[in-house]
Amino acid sequence: MAEAVALPRTAPGARGAVLQEYGVYLAVAVLVVFNLAFTANFWSAANLRTQLVQAAPVVIVAVGMALVIGTEGIDLSVGAVMALVSALIPLYLGYGVGVAFVVALAAGAVSGLFSGTLVAVLGVQPIVATLALLVGLRGLGLVIAHGQLVDIHDTALLDLGGGAVLGIPVIVWFAAGAAALGGLLVGRTTFGRQLVAIGGNRSAAALAGLPVRRVLITVYVLCGVLAALAGLLATARLRAGDPADTGQLMELSAITAVVVGGTPLTGGRVRVLGTVAGALLMQLVRATLIKHDLPDSTAQMVQAALIVVAVYTARERSTR
Amino acid sequence: MQAVLDVEDVSKQFLGVRALDGVSLTLQAGRAHGLVGENGAGKSTLIKVLTGVYRPDSGTVRLGGRQVAFAGPADAQRAGISTIHQEVNLIPLMSVARNVLLGREPRTRLGLIDGAAVNAAAAELLARYGVRADVRRPLGGYGLGTQQMVALARAMSFDARVVVMDEPTSSLEPREVATLFEVVDRLKADGVAVCYVSHRMDELYRLCDDVTVLRDGRRVHTGELAGLKRVDLIALMLGRDTGELKAHGATAFSGEHHAEGEPVLRATGLVSRPRVAGVSVDVRPGEVVGLAGLLGSGRSETARAIAGSLPLQAGNVTVSGTPVAGGPGAAIRAGISMLAEDRKADGIIPNLSIRENIVLAALPRLSRGGIVSRARQDRVVRTFMTRLRIKASGPEQKVAELSGGNQQKVLLARALCLEPRVLLLDEPTRGIDVGAKAEVQALIDELAEQGLGVLLISSDTEELIEGADRLVVLRDGAVAGHVPAGHVTEAALLAALASGEQAREGEQNTDADAENAESEPEPHAAADQSTDAEDRADPGAAAIHSEEADHG
Repeated sequence: MAEAVALPRTAPGARGAVLQEYGVYLAVAVLVVFNLAFTANFWSAANLRTQLVQAAPVVIVAVGMALVIGTEGIDLSVGAVMALVSALIPLYLGYGVGVAFVVALAAGAVSGLFSGTLVAVLGVQPIVATLALLVGLRGLGLVIAHGQLVDIHDTALLDLGGGAVLGIPVIVWFAAGAAALGGLLVGRTTFGRQLVAIGGNRSAAALAGLPVRRVLITVYVLCGVLAALAGLLATARLRAGDPADTGQLMELSAITAVVVGGTPLTGGRVRVLGTVAGALLMQLVRATLIKHDLPDSTAQMVQAALIVVAVYTARERSTR
Repeated sequence: MQAVLDVEDVSKQFLGVRALDGVSLTLQAGRAHGLVGENGAGKSTLIKVLTGVYRPDSGTVRLGGRQVAFAGPADAQRAGISTIHQEVNLIPLMSVARNVLLGREPRTRLGLIDGAAVNAAAAELLARYGVRADVRRPLGGYGLGTQQMVALARAMSFDARVVVMDEPTSSLEPREVATLFEVVDRLKADGVAVCYVSHRMDELYRLCDDVTVLRDGRRVHTGELAGLKRVDLIALMLGRDTGELKAHGATAFSGEHHAEGEPVLRATGLVSRPRVAGVSVDVRPGEVVGLAGLLGSGRSETARAIAGSLPLQAGNVTVSGTPVAGGPGAAIRAGISMLAEDRKADGIIPNLSIRENIVLAALPRLSRGGIVSRARQDRVVRTFMTRLRIKASGPEQKVAELSGGNQQKVLLARALCLEPRVLLLDEPTRGIDVGAKAEVQALIDELAEQGLGVLLISSDTEELIEGADRLVVLRDGAVAGHVPAGHVTEAALLAALASGEQAREGEQNTDADAENAESEPEPHAAADQSTDAEDRADPGAAAIHSEEADHG
């Protein structure tokens, strides 16, 4: 996908470079092989479905996050957007799933418009601009839901969370779609190439007449919309609107997937396929350890180690 | 007279590049010593050796007759060498008094900081240098000038015997400059040796007793300043001999172009604070206009203002009579392309390929419905890679892996594939190898012959003289003179640079007023200045035409 574009053979003699490029796919492959050999029932349809369904929301959010990180930014508000959406959906379900869907995505877009404007027009640092939303939006969601969990009975929405098409869960279709569109956007559109150029050298991009502000705002809007979509699907899967828990720590999972997938935090490069693999890797690590009766806390420590390794291998790339 | 600081035969290398090559410098008590040179001459390195940041590879530094080797800046400061930098390195949120006495605060008997004593001591110190500031207020609330005075007071409170000032006025208001000058005078009267680095001739002649000129890491001149004519000092800095003129042929430029018709670019009365204060310049199709001036004269800023990347407070830019709206995008659509001075910071997108760097600005034109067309890109990229002879393994090679010369060609290609009518070139051959330099110069020639209007900025005097058909000379952000077509010679350029400076000789006492006049570009003020310039001009300056004609 995005990797197909503008990546010549790296300078010779860099084994590290190969690891940077393909390390995440290699790690996924190794884990899959390991599980095939040592984990009972790994290669069952039910288990594969579970793994994909659990990774799907992270993939959707992480694709948006990868775009933002590609511009040398970051979006901490994605989890809170999911929470807000989970509070909004029960309010609008009465008008039908379509309306609830539109309202949810619009909420994500407005949130992105807000942080994007802060970043692009007012020059606020992305981490600060989105931190404000991280705190504020979940609070807003709790206010809307009166701090309560609201059950959902609308079958159309529940189908989005639990249904399947061609044997593959709807939520996985959404994740695949988001990844495919994200990859095309980055690799094949003017907007995507401008996004990467702005992340690579904002000053040069501005001098070359690129619409820097417009691109930055759009990127945050896209990230907000994708987070809202993930929030909607999470709510459908949970069968309840729960602003207290929905999307909790999602910003960290998404950033982890992006970083482990090989997108540098310094911007100028977006690896959509790598991000998908990063999300799958984190999911597989957890599943593998749990299946081998190691506690969740161990899984967390292994994930932490993976992040350190990923950032360390990415380090060479950023030192030009 | 007594040598306080004596630097002898100091050399310093960085990765095999000689930054200083056997340089000597002697600072004497009660005298100010000007240190001048263009970019890369070695001034900063020498200052860093003086102030203990660098250790010299060879040579000696003597302070008060004793040889010293500083372990670091703090060590040098304790020994009595204080530095005032361009930027103020103090803590803006702390009070003025705390900044002055940071690290040496008077204590109470309990070992706590004695606030009252701090304030009293700081107030007394500041008063000695004529600084009026409430020492209890945070430093950040004051202007840069005051902050610099506070830095100076702090430096002096170490009982400094030597004060090094590195372009101290570059960010000061005229009034603050006047105060700074008074302080320097007082330092001299107190017997302190001052080393004063500046590009501004007025300041040097106002303050300094001696001068040392550095060029390419070597000392090319040292001596009393009073006997040295401005034009000679500038010639020394630029490495030109005023008497002798080299024959053509050192660059790849062919000579004159045939400029014709109405100006394609007309910039009138551009003001972009703080560096551009009323610049007007025209470029006709097929003409190469050189923008000349010493460092800090506002050349790059003028180009950036024309290209829409610096906001204009006044003035306007037209292309073939059509006004250009603000912003780089509008300028590009109007047909103005710029090659920025700093290739790394403002030019290349390092992690993208040659192809993507070339088509960057033209991407929307090479796309259909927002989807990039690889075929169209490849056609354009192939054309330019051949035409500009970009040497690379292929269009997909990362631009960061290319040599400086090839990167520059990529950036030229980026500008050219927008099909501009005006090209602004800011130091197009800086830091690229000889071969690429000749190719770029030949290309500039070729483009002008094809009818492009070119505005050329170059610190390379030869390039400017042989490349440009006529020169517009800037000084302190305003036009200080013109060298018309047919008269572009080294002598004329040097004379123009010097006479622009001389325009203000004798009005040093009212320096502040003159600066004020420039920040508000009233036509009559500019005209007065250039009339002055002509009156005082050297014989060699016959070719300089007065600004009056333009303003009349």
